[in-house]
Amino acid sequence: MEAYINILPRLLPGAVITVQVLLASAALAFVVAFVAGLGRVSKYSIVRKITAVYVELFRGTSLLVQLFWIYFALPAFGIQFSPFLAGVVALGLNYGAYASEVVRGAILAVPSGQTEASIALNMSNWQRMRLIILPQAFRIMLPGFGNISIELLKGTSLVSLITLTDLTYKGLIIQNTNLSYTMPVFVMLLVVYFIIALPLIILAKKLEKNASRGVAKA
Amino acid sequence: MTWNWEFAFEIFPEIASAIWLVIGITIGAYIVSLVLGLVLTFARRSSFKPLAYLTYGFIEFVRSTPPLVQLFFVYFALPAIGISLNKYAAGILTLGIHYSTYLSEVYRSGIDSVPKGQWEAARAMNFSKIQTWFRVILPQAIPPVIPMIGNYLLVLFKETPLLMAIGVGEFLQEAQLIGASNFRYLEPITIVGLLFLLLSYPSAVLINKLEQRSKLGFGTRKN
Amino acid sequence: MGMTEKQLKSSNKPDKEMPLVQYENVTKKFGDVEVLKGLDLEIKQGEKVALIGPSGSGKTTIIRMLMTLEKPSGGVISLNGEPLWHKKIGDKLVPADEKHLRKLRSDIGMVFQHFNLFPHMTILRNVTEAPIHVLGLSKEEANERAVDMLNKVGLGDKLDAYPEQLSGGQKQRVAIARAVVMHPKVMLFDEVTSALDPELVGEVLQVIRDLAKETDMAMILVTHEMDFARDIADRVVFLHNGQIEEEGHPEDIFETPESERLQGFLSRFLNT
Repeated sequence: MEAYINILPRLLPGAVITVQVLLASAALAFVVAFVAGLGRVSKYSIVRKITAVYVELFRGTSLLVQLFWIYFALPAFGIQFSPFLAGVVALGLNYGAYASEVVRGAILAVPSGQTEASIALNMSNWQRMRLIILPQAFRIMLPGFGNISIELLKGTSLVSLITLTDLTYKGLIIQNTNLSYTMPVFVMLLVVYFIIALPLIILAKKLEKNASRGVAKA
Repeated sequence: MTWNWEFAFEIFPEIASAIWLVIGITIGAYIVSLVLGLVLTFARRSSFKPLAYLTYGFIEFVRSTPPLVQLFFVYFALPAIGISLNKYAAGILTLGIHYSTYLSEVYRSGIDSVPKGQWEAARAMNFSKIQTWFRVILPQAIPPVIPMIGNYLLVLFKETPLLMAIGVGEFLQEAQLIGASNFRYLEPITIVGLLFLLLSYPSAVLINKLEQRSKLGFGTRKN
Repeated sequence: MGMTEKQLKSSNKPDKEMPLVQYENVTKKFGDVEVLKGLDLEIKQGEKVALIGPSGSGKTTIIRMLMTLEKPSGGVISLNGEPLWHKKIGDKLVPADEKHLRKLRSDIGMVFQHFNLFPHMTILRNVTEAPIHVLGLSKEEANERAVDMLNKVGLGDKLDAYPEQLSGGQKQRVAIARAVVMHPKVMLFDEVTSALDPELVGEVLQVIRDLAKETDMAMILVTHEMDFARDIADRVVFLHNGQIEEEGHPEDIFETPESERLQGFLSRFLNT
C-alpha cells in the first residue's frame, strides 16, 4: 500500500503533461474535424476528394505509425518537431480525421426539409450552413465528440514512445529505477488514466442523453 | 535527404516479412475479443446484480484506459502475481481484452434492436432461456451488426504496432530497427504506412459492401 | 385572326400581359420515370391557382421546380419574363448560377407539407431569421414585421415558444407567416394540410383564405381539399400523368367537368 501512495505524487508531473497533450490535440482535432467534415460535403468535387484522401489516409494507417512518421521521418524534409508538438500534431490529425466523419454524418443527418426551407427563404449556401444546418448538426455531433475525446486521451499514452515524459513515460521511469514497484506503478497508471477519463465519460453519457433535443425529425 | 528508391526496395522485403506475424496476432486477438465480448454481454445482463455491476465497471475501466499501459501491465506486472506470458501471448491477450469491451457494446446494440415482441413470442411458445437466446434472439441480433463486428478486425490490425513497445517484431518494430541502424527513417516508416493502407483499404471497401448487403437483407426486419 | 391579335397585344403591353410565372414545355424525369410531360402553364400577377390531381400526377413537382428545389429536365420556367433556371447571355440561354437563382428566388415563397420549421429557434426567430439575414432588415424592423404577421395568424402569444411545443396547425401557421414576411410575389403551398390531424385543418385553411383576400400575391396551391380549392382559386388545374388534363374556373371544373378522368377523380373525392 505504501508503494502505491509513494508513487502517486511522482506520477503527477507526467499527468500534467498528459492533460496538456490532451487539451492541445483536442483543440487541433476539433478544428480539423470541422474543416475536413465541411470539405466532405462541399459542392466542389475537388474539395471533397482532397478531404476524403486525407481522412482515408489517417484512418487507414495506425496512429503510432503516423506519430513515428511525423517524429522520425519528417526531419528528412527538414521539419523537426519537438516530441510534444509531434504528439499534438499526430493526435490532432488522426482523431480529427475520425471526428470529421462525425461532423459529416451529423450534417447529413439534418433532414432535407431544413435545407429546402432555407432555400425557400432564399438564404445563401453559407447562411444555410451557419444558421440552420450546423446549429442542429452540432447537437448530433456532441456524443460522438465525447467518445472521441476518451479515445484521444488513450492515444496520448503513445507519445511516451517518442520520449515525451507524459504519465506513461513517468511510470516507466519509476518502474525502471525500482523493479519491486512494477505492479503498483502500472496499477496506479491505469487508475490515474481512469480518473482523468472520468469527467469525459460522464460528459459523453450526458451528451448522449441530450442529443435529440432541438433537432428536426426526418 | 530525400526518398531513396534503392534503399526502399532493399528494406521492403525485410519489413513485409512481418506480415504473417501481424496477421497471426490480429486474428488471435480478434478471436479473443469476439468470444470474451459475448461473455461480457451476457455477464452484464445477468440477473445476479453484483456480477452485472462488476462487468459494467470492468468494461468502462478497460475501455477508457490506454491499451499501451494495459499491455505493460499484462507483460511486466502480471508476473509479480505468478502469471507469466511471453510477449506474443501478452500482446494478443491485451488487444483481445481491450476490444472485447467494444464488441460487447456492438452485441448489446444488436440485442437491443430485436423487437420486444420477439422475447414475448419466445416466452409464449415456452422456449427455455437458452433456446430463446440461441434460436430466436441471437440469430436476429447478430446479422445486422456483422459489418460493425467485421470493422473491428481492421481496427485490431491497425493496433498491432503498439506491440513494438514490448519488442514484438511487427512492421513498425522492424522499420524502427532498420531506421536506427541506417540513420534513415523516412523510407522504412513510410513503407509501414503504405503496408497498412495497402492491406486495410481493400478490406474496408469489402466491409462497406457487406454493410450495404446486410442493410438490404435486414432493413425491413423491424416491421 | 385570334393568333395575331394575341401576339399584337403581348408585344404592345408587355407589363400588363406578361404572366408572372410561365412554364413552357417543361419536362421532368426522375430516372426513367417521366413525371411531367411538356407542361405549359401561366400564372398571372395576383392569380390564385389550385393544382389538383391524383398522387403521382406531378403537381408537387411543378411548384418544387419553381422554388428551385428540383431542376427541370427540359423546357423553360420564367418568372417576370426572366428564365429561372437559365441566364440570358446575349440571345443564348446558359444554366443559371447561384447568384441568378437567389435574385429570382426573392419573389417566391413556399409552405411545406411537413412545415420544416427550424427546431432550434423560437417562433419569433423562425420568422425573423430570413428578413434579417437575407433581406438585411434591422432586428427591430424584422421583429415588428414578424410580430405583426404572427398576430395575424393568431400566434402573437407564442413568440418565445419552440416549434416542438406547438400543435401541427400552429406550426403550419408559423410556416405561413415565415414565408409571407419575405413579401414574395408568388406563394407556393405544397399540400399544407396533408400532415395535419383533421380537426386542425380548418384553422390553417382559414389563414390562407384571409391571406388570399388581403394580399395581391399570386398563389399556387397543391391541395386535396376540394372545397377549399373551389373557394379560394381563380382557376383550377387538374393534372393527370404529368399533363394538364383540364383547367378552368372552379365552378366549371367542379360542376361540369368535361374529361372522364376528372369526373372519376372528383367522384372518388365526393364519396369519401
